Amino acid sequence: MTDWTRASAADMAAAMQRGEVSSVELTQAHLDRIAGVDGDVHAFLHIDAEGALATARAVDEARANGEDLPALAGVPIAVKDVLVTEGLPTTAGSRILEGWIPPYDGTVTRKLREARMPILGKTNMDEFAMGSSTEHSGYGATHNPWDLDRIPGGSGGGSAAALAAFEAPLAIGSDTGGSIRQPASVTATVGVKPTYGGVSRYGAIALASSLDQLGPCARTVLDTALLHEVMGGHDDMDATSLDEPVPAVVDAARDGARRDLSGVRVGVIKELSGAEGGFQDGVKQRFDEALEHLRAMGAEIVEVSCPSFEYALAAYYVILPSEASSNLAKFDSVRFGMRVEKGNVERTMAATRAEGFGDEVKRRIILGTYALSAGYYDAYYGSAQKVRTLVQRDFDAAFAEVDVLVSPTTPTTPFKLGERVDDPMAMYLNDIATIPANLAGIPGMSLPAGTAPEDGLPVGFQILAPAREDARLYRVGAALEAALVDEWGGALTAQAPELEVK
Amino acid sequence: MSSLERSDVERLAALARIDMSDGDLDRLSGQLAVIVDAVAKVAEVAGEDVPATSHPIPLSNVHRPDAVRPSLAQDAALAAAPEAEEGRFRVPQILGEDA
Repeated sequence: MTDWTRASAADMAAAMQRGEVSSVELTQAHLDRIAGVDGDVHAFLHIDAEGALATARAVDEARANGEDLPALAGVPIAVKDVLVTEGLPTTAGSRILEGWIPPYDGTVTRKLREARMPILGKTNMDEFAMGSSTEHSGYGATHNPWDLDRIPGGSGGGSAAALAAFEAPLAIGSDTGGSIRQPASVTATVGVKPTYGGVSRYGAIALASSLDQLGPCARTVLDTALLHEVMGGHDDMDATSLDEPVPAVVDAARDGARRDLSGVRVGVIKELSGAEGGFQDGVKQRFDEALEHLRAMGAEIVEVSCPSFEYALAAYYVILPSEASSNLAKFDSVRFGMRVEKGNVERTMAATRAEGFGDEVKRRIILGTYALSAGYYDAYYGSAQKVRTLVQRDFDAAFAEVDVLVSPTTPTTPFKLGERVDDPMAMYLNDIATIPANLAGIPGMSLPAGTAPEDGLPVGFQILAPAREDARLYRVGAALEAALVDEWGGALTAQAPELEVK
Repeated sequence: MSSLERSDVERLAALARIDMSDGDLDRLSGQLAVIVDAVAKVAEVAGEDVPATSHPIPLSNVHRPDAVRPSLAQDAALAAAPEAEEGRFRVPQILGEDA
């Protein structure tokens, strides 16, 4: 009997079209898997078995009646808890929103419903997407399916772990400084941060509005592309949404799988590949091997320098807290969420926010309040915005020479839970390679590059492209994936230790 | 730029409407000082000739038709409120004791 939870979304869709499996069977298989392993993994904050099966049944009936259905109809999906879902609890990982049932759907939620994809549930995340490990979730950490004592990355560790644990074939993520790509890297899955404005942010609970972008997560490059095309496109409910067609990412992924990269110029970012970034030996080794694969497929590899990246992390940790301190002012105990009564409304707000927010959220709100305060604004926020310009100029100069830029996604393989939770700067350094893309608004992908020889844990390979050129990520990514899967004799996720099914 | 002091954190938390216990201030002040010192390097690199970027992909004059469209019903908007009364959000006392 086929274990459908191991299949790709593309294969599931094809099998349903051939009548080999129903959406109800697929959905139930994933719900059973969740019941069996999520006690240990804790990828989900909320599971909607009834709703998912109702959607699945409706898809099966429609198919039986010969209706035309969207490409991924009936393929189940997990949704990061940052995206509002009408009728399904949405907390963004925060206690301050515990039990909140949104009265509306985000645009991406609506698109998933129109694509007729059963929503399995909501995935765990660092509170309001602030973190790189899910340890800042108000509901407990998610565990990496590769080693349950290790972080699954963050903030989207729940979505990435759900994929790696075969609890879902597809998931929604959000990436403000690497929250899609870094979890993908440490779980051996694939994740894409689209070009800023490529996917509507309407109904995505805002962290830092000029950096946030929703994106697709999956186990293969093609599946990621299929979901990207479902999510993307213009939306007049988001004033930053690009009014242009979704890039042809599925075609690009199929093209890449032919493994011909003749004429493609690949730039290795000097500042993000050597000893300078504190990159682990095994990470560097797998990265260099991936470059050899690209070269063997006809790509030209050159080194490029992006000197301003040295300042990107600092600029990010000024801009993000500044925007977050403003965005999170709405959690004021008045219209939704927690209220801790303590005298008048101001004291009630302060008591509520003290009780409802975790330490990382408090740190960043205070940092943002400081950076925006009179007397400090120019030195911090003003300077950070200038660094943002310099980072963009570095990218512009680099992309004048090459078609895509590459680096390891993260400096190290996943570290142990608890190791960095009280050392915020050490935690922030995880995102050193992913942050520049958010500052510049460009698209980025992480895909598995193998496991590090010294610890057997996943290493991610990052690809960056100019704004609006998301398709290049998929072409190069699919080519590298095809070459590596050939070398491994199957997907890397198949090498993960078997989880105990309870 | 000097590092952040405990008293600064106390003042900023009050501005941000977050109650802080002594324990919170002890724990967070040191961490915040480290972060503030680390991010202060943003002021080192960009001169006055570098323009600020506030948005990665600037769009201007973003409009949509000024047309009536469905919106949340009053009861749906109030459904998640901690307290509501007569179709409004109900809040604790908003004026000071002396008012």
